[in-house]
Amino acid sequence: MLKVKTPKTGKARRELKKRAPKLEENGKKTLILHGTKTSNVLNSVLTQIYHLKKDSAVKYSRKNADIRPFESGGETSLEFFSLKTDCSIFVFGSHSKKRPDNLVIGRTYDHHIYDLVEVGVENFKPMETFTYDKKLAPQAGSKPFIAFIGEGFENVEELKHLKEVLLDLLRGEVVENLNLSGIDRTYVCTAVSSNRVFFTHCALRLKKSGTIVPRMELVEVGPSMDFVVRRHRPPNESLRKEAMKIVRDQPKKVKNVSQDPVTGKIAKVYMPDQKVREMNLPNKAKGVKRERREAKRKNEGNEHASKRQKEDS
Amino acid sequence: METEQQQHQQLQVDLGNLMAFNPHHHFPSLPSSRENLVKECLKQGTELVQAIADNLFNLPATEDVDGPIVKLPPPTTRLPREKHIPKPKPPTKWELFAKARGIKNRKKDKIEYDEQTGTWKRRYGYDHANDEDNVPIIEAKMTDEPGEDPFAKRRSEKKKHVEKQEKNRLQNLKQAAKFGALPSHVQLAATALPITGTQAMPKKVSKDELGNVAGMAATATASGGKFDKKLAGEKPAKHSRKYRKFLPVVEGTGIGKQEKEQTDKVLNQLLSKNSHEILNVNKAVNMYNVKKEKKKRNREEKSSATSSKLKPKKQFKKPLKKGSSKKGKAK
Repeated sequence: MLKVKTPKTGKARRELKKRAPKLEENGKKTLILHGTKTSNVLNSVLTQIYHLKKDSAVKYSRKNADIRPFESGGETSLEFFSLKTDCSIFVFGSHSKKRPDNLVIGRTYDHHIYDLVEVGVENFKPMETFTYDKKLAPQAGSKPFIAFIGEGFENVEELKHLKEVLLDLLRGEVVENLNLSGIDRTYVCTAVSSNRVFFTHCALRLKKSGTIVPRMELVEVGPSMDFVVRRHRPPNESLRKEAMKIVRDQPKKVKNVSQDPVTGKIAKVYMPDQKVREMNLPNKAKGVKRERREAKRKNEGNEHASKRQKEDS
Repeated sequence: METEQQQHQQLQVDLGNLMAFNPHHHFPSLPSSRENLVKECLKQGTELVQAIADNLFNLPATEDVDGPIVKLPPPTTRLPREKHIPKPKPPTKWELFAKARGIKNRKKDKIEYDEQTGTWKRRYGYDHANDEDNVPIIEAKMTDEPGEDPFAKRRSEKKKHVEKQEKNRLQNLKQAAKFGALPSHVQLAATALPITGTQAMPKKVSKDELGNVAGMAATATASGGKFDKKLAGEKPAKHSRKYRKFLPVVEGTGIGKQEKEQTDKVLNQLLSKNSHEILNVNKAVNMYNVKKEKKKRNREEKSSATSSKLKPKKQFKKPLKKGSSKKGKAK
């Protein structure tokens, strides 16, 4: 027997409401976690990505032995974590002899893996090594500019995919209103060769230019690193179609209504069929029932015949 | 100047995401050192960021205490959703019925007149108007059964009513779960449905299936479950086959005859089945034919022997003298 289970507290109810599927979605949250073995480089890469996305990220610090996103069966616990933390982007770090300093960036749809990109990290330069005026340091949670440079992002399949995933990871929440005084950071991704992307994080310095548009200057604040694309798994075509669905919230077209300058609003009204036969009557008197009357009329002839026969015999 | 403008036009700017993309840039030769590469990238990046800023700062802005606020257009780069689009809730049974009957919801007042106290009280909840539980006296009616507590009856009826409503609610929620449109705060327990997403409900085990399994388990003893202690409400295992019956052999009045009849019946059946084998018509006909042919052949040999013997003898006499003598001997 099933039982209806509802949250006991208002807080729990609100939390569940936040997680429910909506027409206008919340920003995607990022889950950052690592496998059994990680290098020093990878540890700091993961912490700094977490640092960049601090307002909308969850970081796990324990080892995860049974996560292998590209293999079947290795994604179960990852999907469970995604459900538990309500994250739909994950960054998974692992280190092995075959794939040193490995980052798997992936997205989920309905808490099932949607697509995956695997990159190796090279030439990593952490935030601490950059020296700059601390006044310029970007504020946590500010909306970033994102710049993609290079034809590789359009021609090479893997890089095209990586661009989409990086955009989803970095863009933060979709906003309608933006405070112009709050823009202070940009990410720059450059396709250096067909499988290598240079990634860096810069602060913005706005300088006077004499017009309303200020002159932009980039100051590197780190981290910066090279992504070397390894494996990637594009989304399943049917799943992609499902996930890309958009809801048209345009109002329905109004028919048969027109405006007249003299009389104002003019509308045509079409009366639908009234369906008097199917209408339910308030009280069902026995005599009013159709079937009985009709049955009586049908049987009238027969009944009389049989009665007459009886009388004759 | 012109080339720069052309380049600006070739940039793809997505203002909703504050993203710019230069799809035409490529390194003719990779910069020799890391610093040169970074410098080149920053230079390109600055151009792109400037392109975004050009678009952004030209949007109509409203002044606020914290600074100018612009309204961003929706993003043009399509990215996948996080979760599925919420599905519409299927109508409940009552909603369907009300629609068929044309019943419309009417708002009721929050307070109601209480006839007992002559005051206005809230309609539902604590200390509500016309509370049936607070009635001190229930007048007896002709239809009342003697020895029945009318207060207890009223209470049990109310309980039943609530239970029925709970059952209906569960049914409607199950229907909604089938469509994947369960309200976000409701979970159907015992199935551990995920908070969001869709999952098929596990199939309910029917009474018969459970009974079968129980029956199988019960027969797993040496006695086939015959001497086991039965649990309360457990039924004896069903015997699916027929029982063998033995009729008395001794002839008597009633059943005694039946035994003979039964064996007779079986014997008759056997006999009638094999009766055609007593006379094998084919064999008989064959035998008759063979005999007839033998007789015929014998007669023919005797008549032809006189005429046929003479002719070959005449021919063979001259070349082979020995042959004729041999033939005579053989005869």
